[in-house]
Amino acid sequence: MASICFYFQVHQPFRLRHYTVFDQTHDYFDEFKNSSICRKVARKCYLPTNRLLLDLIKKHDGKFKISFSITGVLLEQLEKYAPEVLSTFDALAQTGCVEFIGETYYHSLSFLYSKNEFKEQILKHSQMIEKYFGQIPQVFRNTELIYNNELAKTISEMGRFKGVITEGADHILGHRSPNFLYQPPGCGDLKLLLKNYSLSDDIAFRFSNKAWNEYPLMAEKFANWVNKVNGTGYVVNLFMDYETFGEHQWEETGIFDFMRQLPEEVLKHPDNNFMTPTQVAETYEASDVVDVPHVISWADTERDLSAWLGNAMQSNALHDLYKLEKNIKESRDVDILNDWRKMQTSDHFYYMCTKYFADGDVHKYFNPYDSPYDSYINFMNALGNLKHRCKGEVPKKTVHSQIETALKV
Amino acid sequence: MLGWEFPPFISGGLGTACYGLTKAMSKQGINVTFVLPKSVVGQNGSHVKMLSPADVSKTGTSTRAVTDFETLKIATEMERVKILKIASPLTPYQTPQEYKHIQENKHNIDEIIREKRLLLDETWSFDASNLEVSTDYSGDMFKEIHRYAAAAARLALNEQFDVIHAHDWMTYPAGMAVSALTGKPLVVHVHATEFDRSGEHVNQAIYDIERKGMHAADKIIAVSYLTRNIIISRYAVSGDKVEVVYNGVEKNGDAVNPVKQVGIKSDEKIVLFLGRITMQKGPEYFLAAAKKVLEVMENVKFVMAGNGDMMHRIISMAAEMGIGSNVLFTGFLRGEDVRRVYELADLYVMPSVSEPFGIAPLEALNNDVPVLISKQSGVAEVLTHVLKVDFWDINEMANKIIAVLKYPPLQMTLKEHGNFEVRKLRWEDAAQKCEKVYNEVLVGTV
Repeated sequence: MASICFYFQVHQPFRLRHYTVFDQTHDYFDEFKNSSICRKVARKCYLPTNRLLLDLIKKHDGKFKISFSITGVLLEQLEKYAPEVLSTFDALAQTGCVEFIGETYYHSLSFLYSKNEFKEQILKHSQMIEKYFGQIPQVFRNTELIYNNELAKTISEMGRFKGVITEGADHILGHRSPNFLYQPPGCGDLKLLLKNYSLSDDIAFRFSNKAWNEYPLMAEKFANWVNKVNGTGYVVNLFMDYETFGEHQWEETGIFDFMRQLPEEVLKHPDNNFMTPTQVAETYEASDVVDVPHVISWADTERDLSAWLGNAMQSNALHDLYKLEKNIKESRDVDILNDWRKMQTSDHFYYMCTKYFADGDVHKYFNPYDSPYDSYINFMNALGNLKHRCKGEVPKKTVHSQIETALKV
Repeated sequence: MLGWEFPPFISGGLGTACYGLTKAMSKQGINVTFVLPKSVVGQNGSHVKMLSPADVSKTGTSTRAVTDFETLKIATEMERVKILKIASPLTPYQTPQEYKHIQENKHNIDEIIREKRLLLDETWSFDASNLEVSTDYSGDMFKEIHRYAAAAARLALNEQFDVIHAHDWMTYPAGMAVSALTGKPLVVHVHATEFDRSGEHVNQAIYDIERKGMHAADKIIAVSYLTRNIIISRYAVSGDKVEVVYNGVEKNGDAVNPVKQVGIKSDEKIVLFLGRITMQKGPEYFLAAAKKVLEVMENVKFVMAGNGDMMHRIISMAAEMGIGSNVLFTGFLRGEDVRRVYELADLYVMPSVSEPFGIAPLEALNNDVPVLISKQSGVAEVLTHVLKVDFWDINEMANKIIAVLKYPPLQMTLKEHGNFEVRKLRWEDAAQKCEKVYNEVLVGTV
């Protein structure tokens, strides 16, 4: 048996506007940029792909299944800028073939800094999903697939989830295959679904790469690769950004045609089917325990945190941000709380990454800033203003002593 | 190679660039004869021992080319670089030997010199009305250029070389003359154009010399794409003739200098401007940004190291703005003093209005000082781990200066990555690219 489990990550951050040290207003986010990007992605990806998937579900009479993880910050933006997308997601939800996965509402790194904040954001997200789609998430994925034993334990203790999704990193699996189900140590029934990064990346990254020796990738060829899993595993976890369709891989690459053909090709083999993550967790038994003492993620070849925490600026910005938690929450001001939380979205720290900056690769492509330094300066200026607000102070001219306290890490 | 300055007798980046480039070429086995025009004051450089004119006894009677030039002693590092200095004005008469030599070359040097004079006079007749147009350059400078061209042409007959490489407009007439005389290909190296130096108020005479030199050249080397674009659009040169060769930077004791600890210094922060205080370098934008910074932060000193025609104006401007006590002027610094000022600085700012390349930021990075440069500089094309700003955007300049002073992690990351990045900009690569250009022009002449 080979069950294909599709999970698409659907997310857009609230990008900050250009905010200098001289700015004193409380609007930190770039309405114009965020709305235009949201509408552009809706037009190029969300709307056409939702339509395609809905057609496929109807065509295959319930045999084609998928799942989404949609962040709270994107749902807020869709509501504001592209409400028509929400109704197409709702139409998908109504088919019964679509599962919505749980995550932190703000697509944040809160797990690394504050367990309380982490749990609050998971609950807030869960409520949002229930409100829009009438489902309560039963499988969890953490931002950037960040994971370790402790995360599994925290999720297990929350008692809401049947499984956790993370990266099938080679160094945690060793000789084992991601095409089985696993278990974290000491977490009862909690299942671990691991991304088959090789097959996932064939679609998400390599699909349009003409230098790739498998180019062009056709649905039939891909289905054959899936067929080979039969007998050596029972689930193929294909996890990718939803923007793969129409945005990272443009329509001209044939990505939509590929997807249109795929279910039919996969279902030609009688032992293949499609499942959602909860179905996978309920259907299959865990074959082994995977021990992950150190933090992993999906990112880059290192599969570690260095894309968000790799330099002094990133760690300083994150520490300063989470240091405010107590003050923010004591201020009992919803606007302040929401602004603080929107600033937790991992993208802000990804923009500050200096790792591959000079080489101009994928990091640059998603970056609205000219340089990681500009993004850090902008973030810290906005954070400085927020800090004053939650102290109940109107930031006059920034006084030097206040700057000093701001610097203490 | 025809140049106008060479360390330690420098007033800007040109001499530094010629030094770095020739040193790297020497290592690559290229023989360079470097011709310097000026009578310069004697002083010992680090690699090249130079003799002042006073040390050399001139024969006076002899007019043979050899005695018109001083041969300077070269240290082993630059063993393939021969530096010749034209020490005396052109003599009107030739010796019979030399005349014979010229005949063999089927050229008449006097004719060439006359042509050169005409060419210069065409655009620069030495009358009073024209002199007034340009107050920056004395008429004497043009005479010197002319003299240099003539002397270089005579010198060329006694030297073995394959390519003529002329640095900036002052040596273009010489390059053209030598090329016409010997038939060797001419490469002109554009470190700056008249538009960089004077904005839109160009000196027509200089522009004409530049334009003639560029058009006469077989290939043009530009120090950045910014400069390449100016050459193409302002001098009507075809793009396939212009190659970009970025400058490099000399490594100086990088490993010896321990990285400064952030935050343990006295509470005073220092922001550095180092360069000529002249329109091109944007000193008034630096001042305007300084004023903005001081509105928000105390204990910041703005150090302006350099000389220039705008110095007095800038000093009084600082006073008028009420920030006089926070802006310090050091005058022109060299050697150890430059090192010391870098050691004190928290940030180096280059707000240039127009900067063809800009070697100074590389030196700042080399000295572990983070850098803020204007987007209107050629060096912005090669540096990524620096802060960049439009020179006219005072607000953003101040915003970034404050950020560096306020957030130690920013300063730290800029230093770390910047210092690493600057090591990748090597004169060896520049020399190799120049050699490639040489080979191209040589193929053309064969």
